[in-house]
Amino acid sequence: MSRSTRPTPGSPREYHFPKFDRRLLANGMKVLVAPTHNLPIVTVLAVIDAGGVAEPAGQEGIAELTARALNEGTPKYDGEALTDYMEHLGTSVGGAAGWDSASVAMTVLRENLENAFVHFAEVLVAPTFPVPAIERLKAERQAELMQIESEPRELADEKFDEYIYDLASRFRLPLGGTAESVGKLSRDAVVAFHAARYQPSATTLIVVGDVEADAVERMVAATLEGWTGPRVPAASANDSPARVTRSIQIVRKSDAPQSELRIGHVGVPRTHPDYFSITIMNAVLGGLFSSRVNLNLREAHGYTYGASSAFDWRREAGPFVIGTAVASDVTVPAVQETLKEVDRMRSEPISESELSLATSYLGGVFPIRYETTAAIATALATLTIYGLPEDWYDTYRERMSAVTVDDVLRAAHAHIKSDSMQIVVVGDEAAIREPLEALGFGPLDVVSP
Amino acid sequence: MRIPIETFRLSNGLLVTFSEDHTAPIVAVNIWYHVGSANERAGRTGFAHLFEHMLFQGSENVEANEHFELVQRAGGTLNGSTWLDRTNYFETVPSNQLAIALWLEADRMGALLPAMTQQKLDTQRDVVSNERRWSVDNQPYGTWWEKLPALTYPDPHPFHHSLIGSFEDLKAASLGDIAHFFATYYTPDNAVLTIAGDFDPVEARKLVESYFGAIPRGKGKPPLPDMTLPDTFGGTLREVMHDDVSLPRIYLAFRSPALGDDAYYAASVAGAILGMRKGSRLQRVLVREREVAADVTAFTFDLPKGADILVVDATARPGVTDAQLEAAVVREIDRMRMDGVTQGEVDRAVALIGTDFIASMQQAGERADQLSRFATYFGDPSLINEQMDRYRAVTVADVNKFAATRLGEDNRAFLTYLPRDGAEEVGSEDAIGSSEVTA
Repeated sequence: MSRSTRPTPGSPREYHFPKFDRRLLANGMKVLVAPTHNLPIVTVLAVIDAGGVAEPAGQEGIAELTARALNEGTPKYDGEALTDYMEHLGTSVGGAAGWDSASVAMTVLRENLENAFVHFAEVLVAPTFPVPAIERLKAERQAELMQIESEPRELADEKFDEYIYDLASRFRLPLGGTAESVGKLSRDAVVAFHAARYQPSATTLIVVGDVEADAVERMVAATLEGWTGPRVPAASANDSPARVTRSIQIVRKSDAPQSELRIGHVGVPRTHPDYFSITIMNAVLGGLFSSRVNLNLREAHGYTYGASSAFDWRREAGPFVIGTAVASDVTVPAVQETLKEVDRMRSEPISESELSLATSYLGGVFPIRYETTAAIATALATLTIYGLPEDWYDTYRERMSAVTVDDVLRAAHAHIKSDSMQIVVVGDEAAIREPLEALGFGPLDVVSP
Repeated sequence: MRIPIETFRLSNGLLVTFSEDHTAPIVAVNIWYHVGSANERAGRTGFAHLFEHMLFQGSENVEANEHFELVQRAGGTLNGSTWLDRTNYFETVPSNQLAIALWLEADRMGALLPAMTQQKLDTQRDVVSNERRWSVDNQPYGTWWEKLPALTYPDPHPFHHSLIGSFEDLKAASLGDIAHFFATYYTPDNAVLTIAGDFDPVEARKLVESYFGAIPRGKGKPPLPDMTLPDTFGGTLREVMHDDVSLPRIYLAFRSPALGDDAYYAASVAGAILGMRKGSRLQRVLVREREVAADVTAFTFDLPKGADILVVDATARPGVTDAQLEAAVVREIDRMRMDGVTQGEVDRAVALIGTDFIASMQQAGERADQLSRFATYFGDPSLINEQMDRYRAVTVADVNKFAATRLGEDNRAFLTYLPRDGAEEVGSEDAIGSSEVTA
């Protein structure tokens, strides 16, 4: 074995996604348990149908505010005492909101699970939402919004969403809400949102780690079986695009040394039957380091530290976006090269070598993705949120490998919309406006952050 | 929990650590080279990091762009990173692909130079310049990465200068520099190799010996200048930056004991009591009770030589001035210094650190990286299994001693960021505060 001879792989050892048990409590709450015993640690994750899409109109940000306020106090403990108690057990319990769900999570040593879970359950079902905590969290969100104004990456992400979605779409405004919408939120609104959406039939509790399913079911039932309530209605964000013609927006950041570029349009819902061919297509376009846009913009031209593309998967269509940051003086060539890659993706088949790179990568990293209890819990949450079949992870690699060059071309043609491509650039207007106009891509407007 | 460890050394000096775990069919390969920005010569700031980029540009038997592709085609993840005193390269791959990961690492350790060209260097120089713009110049507070070490390690201490480097120095880097740096630092006796996860140690040892065994030992590297520093700064240091930020932020650094020292663990616990999670003193008082900070954390740089720094990083709430924020931070620092901490606070900190440690050890890549860290810094990867005992040994008296001797006015460095606005004064402060480079 000298270095001049390339090694060949041995035969792969089998891998199976951890087996999980599904239980249903009398109150309608679902429980998923995946025992993994390599380390004495457990992740508990509750997924609730209480995400941003479920917000009443005019209350943008209520889902995130509610989730973040859950651990600010329970009937037994005020927020500070609760934090202190949990942190002495070596853990914290915290809530967060996504578009399609809210979640409450903790990772805890096995020996502390039962003690910590009592409070986890209280945080989920009986938060007290003290007014001062609500007001503080609102002020923290206002501070975050101010920070984003001077942070080009997040600003570009937010401005892109605002630009591509229709006025009636919830996806147009940030998940955490705007300065205006958050300013109007109140404790009453939080209490009402919690009462409306945090219901046992809308909740799945996922427990992964050094546990057994029967014992977990007993623990959960003892704590949460008395929690009852009605079913929650389905919610929709409205994923309509703002327009179906090409256009450009510049977001002013004077003297910026780089342009933050976002190029794309409204994408595809998570449950679309083309999911696998879209995933492979995106890997080749911009999902991998060795993808077309990264090799072009970074390795061939040195325009950027990195370029990538992604479909933001949601129940309804999230954004499809190619993102990069380039030196201001190469903004236009970077846009041209990106559009060239988009057109090439749509007009000619990828090579067999590109296909095999994407399929072998996605198949190979699959077990690497699920090394931790937290990652396995998140994978099970994905099953729940999108209603995927129980054998999703068992068949994932097979289905990924079945994608063909033709499938990828079809997916590119159907789901990358060259004619309605939208571009948002956060950058130095003085340096980039004229050349971008001269590009003749489409109408251009300029806004301030 | 004990991480299983087996070590051996090849005759060329490469220290190898094996740690088996057959939970999943994956294996992590991790190499640390004991070289970082501290080893750069004058006029070549940023070179160690630029060099790290060049290691992904192919080697004698690997084409340009092939390194990433071969690992990803094998179904693996990979990257590298550069720090003040070390550079690491790592892959996690399906266990049947161990050979390709070892072969790639060996080929670039043994024969990087045949693949180096001026064009590759020029492109990576552009990529790194863009990395600088992206992570430092066009990012609010981004210059703290170079301003804080510059403020806290006096020139010409090896940690003083910028890790990402200046555009001017990046421009000056030549293929000659590449050859010299490679010959001096990228040698088996200046590196450690760790394999963690699902592998057969007999097979793996054969692979390691055949791929790495023939790589010649280096001729020794120039010693770093004396890195020792007094226990304190000897006063309060200050720098003010007017930057494109929305809210004032203060980085308050204290010179603190080097990683590995008993007192390091007391400093680390003190940092957790101050800034780890919501129940920490600074988060409880500044964020929740007094509502003067939007966010606050505390962390150490974890440097094992000379001196480390403990850093408190606090961002003001809208409407709160930097002076108000600073007064609030200093009040809590003084309270800890004067009144000490409680057993409960030490227990909370150690419990959180313990859970985080076990959670991180679930990942083969993280286990391999930590083993390489202790192998590089102390020649003994098994120190990983002592870490939690050393944290649990920290007493209230240890933390109080650290607080009393290291948190005083004679050992504070304030790096303060203020929003740049039209009314900005033009004066000496701006001369310090202006960013050193513009695109």
